[in-house]
Amino acid sequence: MVEASLSELATALKARRASSVELTRAALDRIARAKDALNAFITVDPDRSLAQARSADARIARGEGDALTGIPVAHKDIFCAEGWRTTCASKMLADFVAPYDAHVIGRFHAAGAVLIGKTNMDEFAMGSSSENSHYGPVRNPWHGEFVPGGSSGGSAAAVAARLVPCATGTDTGGSIRQPAALCGVSGIKPTYGLVSRYGMIAFASSLDQGGAFARQAEDLALMLNVMTGFDPRDATSLDRPKEDYARELERPLAGLRVGLPKEYFGEGMDADVRAAVEGAIAALRALGAKTVEISLPNSGLSVPAYYVLAPAEASANLARYDGVRYGYRAPEYADLADMYCKTRAQGFGAEVKRRILVGTYVLSHGYYDAYYLQAQRVRRLIARDFVAAFTHCDVIVGPTSPTVAFRIGEKVADPVKMYLSDIYTIAPNLAGLPAMSVPCGFGANGLPVGLHVVGGYFGEARMLNVAHQYQRATDWHRRAPAAFAG
Amino acid sequence: MPLNLDDIRRVAHLARIEVTDAELRAAQHELNGILGLVEQLQAADTTGVEPMAHAQDVTLRLRADEVTESDERARFQSIAPRVEAGLYLVPKVIE
Repeated sequence: MVEASLSELATALKARRASSVELTRAALDRIARAKDALNAFITVDPDRSLAQARSADARIARGEGDALTGIPVAHKDIFCAEGWRTTCASKMLADFVAPYDAHVIGRFHAAGAVLIGKTNMDEFAMGSSSENSHYGPVRNPWHGEFVPGGSSGGSAAAVAARLVPCATGTDTGGSIRQPAALCGVSGIKPTYGLVSRYGMIAFASSLDQGGAFARQAEDLALMLNVMTGFDPRDATSLDRPKEDYARELERPLAGLRVGLPKEYFGEGMDADVRAAVEGAIAALRALGAKTVEISLPNSGLSVPAYYVLAPAEASANLARYDGVRYGYRAPEYADLADMYCKTRAQGFGAEVKRRILVGTYVLSHGYYDAYYLQAQRVRRLIARDFVAAFTHCDVIVGPTSPTVAFRIGEKVADPVKMYLSDIYTIAPNLAGLPAMSVPCGFGANGLPVGLHVVGGYFGEARMLNVAHQYQRATDWHRRAPAAFAG
Repeated sequence: MPLNLDDIRRVAHLARIEVTDAELRAAQHELNGILGLVEQLQAADTTGVEPMAHAQDVTLRLRADEVTESDERARFQSIAPRVEAGLYLVPKVIE
């Protein structure tokens, strides 16, 4: 069962060849055994998970339920789940037990999925390595001295190590796709507005979007079928008819136009990543796709624009952590202002403070126009580049990350170097486009390489189709790290 | 123009984050590095370009001005650092 994908497990449950209680026990057992090696989870609660599994089994026995019923799903510890400690990997929320369910959690509950645990991550989703966690770094299942990527590193590592068939994540600048690439799993960030942000702890609200990790594209379609949908409690949730994201999986790729941005294939990408990505492009051509060179002339400005906009929004969003209504409060203080200052100094980690300071600065008097408004204008230029490019192609393909996973500790002392790890993933967030990463080979130290697939607005079904057809022709997504195989 | 220590102190005060002298110096170095990266934006010609505040150009919905939530005060205050008689307790602000 360890090697089975979400789709295969769903079939096995429906045919009563396995029970949800069995799958849940197996997942809990693997999570416990991998704890020291990976540190992928912050909280597990076997009693709660098993209670959900028993009701899922009852539901299946009544002949009810659908694809996710009885499936163990790991959730990034950024989604509030009622009665579950929800920490966002921060000391600030170390004792925070959520009083309500995030929309995403509610959708999985309604689908009968089992909440198997809350995964480790970069504090408040700020990071590209999952090293910025109050609970210690997550480790890459392919090699324990390397990072799993971030910020959703625990979810990516859990799926890669076959602890769970699928997991949720959030993606503000690459936090699903970059760890998916670095851990050798599939991950998708839908079009902004498709997944409700209600109960998803806010980092940069105009960019944050929930999404999913699984072994393969087919499974991601099932996840999106559960996660997406209009929610009036999120003011940016889009009121659109419900889609079946699996509907185009079997469509042949003949005639597909794949855009290759010339800016992505110049300098900056490591040779091992380039070789794997070019191999994937050749495989897409062999499946009948045509490649066209496109240009995203402003793509070089994505990282600078992001590091104005995301910190600016973060500084406003994280102002709520004041030690008054919930979360950490400093034990000693002189007055109210001192209580705020000490609470925030002690409750936040270094990277979170750094981004709050940057955000506060760029929004402060005299700098707002030069930084914030200019970044918002550049954001529109970047979005327009994509709109123009998509008149020539159906999907855009390139590397997810310029390198394979780097060593734990390698980039912690140099924030700018760390930020450049997201050089290819940030632009779709700025534009609000859907994007995904699928495994496409291995590079240095036997570490995985990810292929980045970007779609037009609401182009998820087509992207998943491309990824699924690619995965039918290749087996990179079936490779498991030796230490966690079978 | 690189930030000096007084700039960092001012920003930290605005953000309500206490910083030690050692942290101030580290923050100065890191923030100047980040702002150096961000400086590239100044070279972009954005004349006549409307700022883009959101990923989708949609107008935020308004909802009817109706009470939809029930009273959850006791439950929400059960996770507060300090409460008394249904009120959140903070240090005295007015003498």
